[in-house]
Amino acid sequence: MSKKKELVSKIGLRLDGRRADELRRVRCKMGVFSQPDGSAYIEQGLTKVLAAVYGPHQVRGNRSKAQHDSAIVNCQFSMAVFSTSERKKRPRGDRKSSEMSIHLRQALLAAIKVELYPWSQIDIYVEVLHADGGVYPACVNAATLALIDAGIPLKEYVCACSASLANNDIPMVDISHQEEMLGGPTLTIAALPMSEKIVLMEMSQRFHIDHLPKVMAKALKGCKDIKVILDEAVRSHVEDVGCSTGWSNTSQKIKV
Amino acid sequence: MFSTRAFIKKNKVGNYLKNIREHYIRDDIFCGLESCKSCEVLDTSLTGGFNNKNNLFKFNHYIILDTNIILDQIDILEEDVFGNVIILHTVLKEVKHRSLPVYKRLMSIIENPTRHFYIFTNDHHKDTYINQEKGELINDFNDRCIRKACTWYMKHMPNEKFVLITDDRGNRNTARNEKIKTCTITDYVKNLENSKHLQDKLARKDFHTVVDSDDFYPPHLPTVDIIQGIKDGSLHQGTFRASTSNFLEASVNVDEFEEPVIVQGRAGLNRAVDGDFVAIKILSKDEWISPSDIILEDESVTEGVDEVLEKEKVLKKTQKKANAQPTGMVVGIVRRKWRQYCGILQPSNMDGLFHLFVPADRKIPKVRIETRQAEFLRTQKIIVAIDTWPRHSRYPTGHFVRALGKIGDQATENEVVLLEHDVPHSKFSEEVLSFLPKLPWTIKEGDIAARVDLRGLDICSVDPPGCTDIDDALHCREIEDDKLEVGVHIADVSHFIRPGNALDIEASNRATTVYLVNNRIDMVPVLLSSNLCSLRGGEERFAFSCVWIMDKEANILETRFHKSIIKSKKAMTYEEAQMVIDDKHQVHSIAQSLRNLNSLAKILKRGRLDKGALVLASPEVKILMDSETHDPISVEAKKLFETNSMVEEFMLLANISVAQKILKEFPECALLRRHPTPPPNNFDPLVKAGNHLGFAIKIDSGKNLAASLDEAIREDNPFLNTMLRILATRCMMQAVYFSSGMYQKDEYFHYGLAVPLYTHFTSPIRRYADIIVHRLLAVAIGADCTYPDLLDKHKSTDLCKNLNYRNRMAQYAGRASVAFNTHLFFRGKLQDEEGYVLFVKKNALQILIPKYGLECTLYISEEGKTSPFTYDEDHQTQTAGDIVLHAFDPVIVRLTLDSKNIQHEKFILQLVKPHIEGFSIAPLTEMETKHKLTEIESGKKNKKQKKS
Repeated sequence: MSKKKELVSKIGLRLDGRRADELRRVRCKMGVFSQPDGSAYIEQGLTKVLAAVYGPHQVRGNRSKAQHDSAIVNCQFSMAVFSTSERKKRPRGDRKSSEMSIHLRQALLAAIKVELYPWSQIDIYVEVLHADGGVYPACVNAATLALIDAGIPLKEYVCACSASLANNDIPMVDISHQEEMLGGPTLTIAALPMSEKIVLMEMSQRFHIDHLPKVMAKALKGCKDIKVILDEAVRSHVEDVGCSTGWSNTSQKIKV
Repeated sequence: MFSTRAFIKKNKVGNYLKNIREHYIRDDIFCGLESCKSCEVLDTSLTGGFNNKNNLFKFNHYIILDTNIILDQIDILEEDVFGNVIILHTVLKEVKHRSLPVYKRLMSIIENPTRHFYIFTNDHHKDTYINQEKGELINDFNDRCIRKACTWYMKHMPNEKFVLITDDRGNRNTARNEKIKTCTITDYVKNLENSKHLQDKLARKDFHTVVDSDDFYPPHLPTVDIIQGIKDGSLHQGTFRASTSNFLEASVNVDEFEEPVIVQGRAGLNRAVDGDFVAIKILSKDEWISPSDIILEDESVTEGVDEVLEKEKVLKKTQKKANAQPTGMVVGIVRRKWRQYCGILQPSNMDGLFHLFVPADRKIPKVRIETRQAEFLRTQKIIVAIDTWPRHSRYPTGHFVRALGKIGDQATENEVVLLEHDVPHSKFSEEVLSFLPKLPWTIKEGDIAARVDLRGLDICSVDPPGCTDIDDALHCREIEDDKLEVGVHIADVSHFIRPGNALDIEASNRATTVYLVNNRIDMVPVLLSSNLCSLRGGEERFAFSCVWIMDKEANILETRFHKSIIKSKKAMTYEEAQMVIDDKHQVHSIAQSLRNLNSLAKILKRGRLDKGALVLASPEVKILMDSETHDPISVEAKKLFETNSMVEEFMLLANISVAQKILKEFPECALLRRHPTPPPNNFDPLVKAGNHLGFAIKIDSGKNLAASLDEAIREDNPFLNTMLRILATRCMMQAVYFSSGMYQKDEYFHYGLAVPLYTHFTSPIRRYADIIVHRLLAVAIGADCTYPDLLDKHKSTDLCKNLNYRNRMAQYAGRASVAFNTHLFFRGKLQDEEGYVLFVKKNALQILIPKYGLECTLYISEEGKTSPFTYDEDHQTQTAGDIVLHAFDPVIVRLTLDSKNIQHEKFILQLVKPHIEGFSIAPLTEMETKHKLTEIESGKKNKKQKKS
């Protein structure tokens, strides 16, 4: 049990060279597919996730599920066989992925204005291409981008981020797989960063109450940082799309 | 702020897995040089104020070290001779990977700002990061990283000079081609100013060059073959345990065999040192032998090999096939467990630079060291580290680390005792001391509000004379209806030592205060141990109180715990307290409460014994010291008063009450103390001894054992009962601390005290376990808040391991210190003493001398002489003529000290009474004692003259 590996070295660097409060590199792209109504691809470090949104459309299958005052949100989480270092068949309905689906749904429901679409349904599909820690946050972030791409009204961005405690003292943000394996408990939160509302919080193990506030603050800070990055991506995407359809006034961009 | 690059790494865990890790390259890593204009200087300990002076490089320079230098020469680095050292992150990582102890030592050097060491994270720096090329070995890659960093530094700071120190010739040559200034550590140290004493400390790894001597040992298998062999079962691995009596024999505990595997002879041992983790090959069954029963000592004074060969022949001759055990030979070393060893230089006339070092521990071979100060070191106890053991060399080669002091000096011997028992005894660091309360210390309003004010009560403490760390005090007063209020007040150490700070970490590492005969190694700094925490008479102190309401039959009606402020009325010794109790004229309140306590204690004790608690005995002695010379002036057995038992009873009661409380509150992580029931065969010697004397010792339960021990009394030998109890003590297991979450409820039992729950609460000044118990109890009563490590049962199990280890070591160290001082006392003395036979053996009697607490061997048959005794194995007696010696018979023996072996002095016994013709010697007369004394002393002087 004495896994006392230092996750933050004396010089203040983590194993991969980040500082405690730095996110991994985030790269994202919206509108990657033409078939769905909205789609997005996100890379957080080496964790790579694809998300696709269909809808809102008529309720398919069992019509009786349809609700008169809101849309049904349906989430589907899955992992590619090649997403981890060990190749493994991952059936769609297994416990882990259905749990993930439920968690995703809970986070996204908090932001989607479902009351605008009675008798209809929104489907969100998330596929993990590579898992390297922080899978759930990446999924939430990708799903948010895809929802925006699909033009579904949101109250605000939903962003998620993980945080943990290094050396039993220093809170650190955006936990990689390596750090998950070596370190202690990991806290994952999904939040509405502008209003600072936490919509989902999950811990891999118990935290001592003394540590919890600072780790939570760190994770929330991470969410806000991610929001800035996503926001930038959305704006530049809209500009790009706008240029090509001609209603944007980004004349400089066209020159380039 | 940073650029990123991912790189791919293949990892092998059974099957091939592809692991990809990120590696961020940064532009915010700085060179750490003060004079640098382009880098932001955060906090660096490199400074222009420090100059490295070396004849090889006649300019001020910064030093960059290679990994091998740090791994091999950490002793040199710890010397305060050069500074401004840049440690590259590549190097640091490799050091950590290769040797954790060296890494820790290096880190403590780096953290010391006066040494001017700086870590440069070259592998995350944008200009010094390089990619490992395909097919490039990791070693070459690391060397390339180091050189890259060197050239970067040279380009970055053209006005400063940098020197790369490495012992790797290839690296050095390549570095020269890249115009990096470089040299070996040996050259560097030789050219340092005032380097003379340092050269001895250089580790000798470059000693492989002697070609003309034959290989003395078979080669070790390469690592690949060892791993393969262990996998396919042709080799086994285990810990190598050298024999204490035979330097050519050892055993290896291997999982596959129940008995330890014997390894014998030069080729069999093949350069393994006690404690190493080795790979062995099992010989075919017809080559199996039984452990040898002869004593072989390495007596050679030179490095010649003839003597070993001679002794090997002797050993071969005595090999027996009866009761053969698995036998094998060492074919390779999996992991070395070399540490630093205490010992002396072999007295010899060897000239030149090379000398032999004799470790104090008999299990360790002699070590060949190079020194230029042999004349001086011969008078000293020294510490030596082993570096390597080449095939052609009879002994391992090592290097001198430091001298402890003059041989035979008390200070030196204390140091040796502490080092050999791994007792942390350095001074408390500044950081630790910074967490002490500032003087003058006053009690604040808030503290009074949070505590129960007991300053008005008549509290007093009872301790041994000269005790300065008083951690317990008592009170007792009558309240209504024939009820008594009894309070045990324990120093509130946890108020001063807050969890997690440097003071706490240091104390938890030390775990216990170690008592040597004339020295005390404190667990907490003296300000706390002897002042602020110590419940001194007449001073206001913080305490943690455990208060019971009892009736006159000592039944507990109510138990309360609370923090309090007390003012002890008087700090008494056991003797004083006893006198107060016995003196019927004293009727003041303290005397009254002492009498009440005493009578309650008697009831408690009876109740405890009725439940089956054991009364054990061990010969404890006290050494009286001359206050000026610090020489022992007499040795005597400890005196016990009724009050000793009184204090003990209430401490036990407090511990038990606290144990119940904390277990109830923290079923998963309470720190308790258990004393396992010994397995029945542990009792064999006791039962046997009982049978010979005609007593049936029942061992089926603690209660029966206690009862049968009580019955074993013989009128004519009053000491017999004590002897039996001493024997019983030796059958016991060690009591240990544990975390309640790790054991089943019925395993919590304390066998010796016969209580289901026990812990340590009453001595927080000298035991760390008590501090933890205090913290748990404080949380349980809401007086303090918890912290994560306190509630983690795995963490507290780790802590318990350390506590148990340190406690055991402290005990051994204490005994070793008593033994040394007893030896010191007997030096040059000749005395007849009363003793008792403890065991009867085939060729010897084990004699216990209660007056000095000594246990020595009286040999009754010498080699080559016929003994007057005949041995009866069934009845365990030795008969000579009409005299029969049984176990536990009183005898009178003459004691002398044999100082021939300066590191291992031992007592020699001669029988005085009963008188056996041709064996016993005549008793000493007064005159003779003096005469002999002078004779011995003059003899000593003669010897000394001869030597010089």
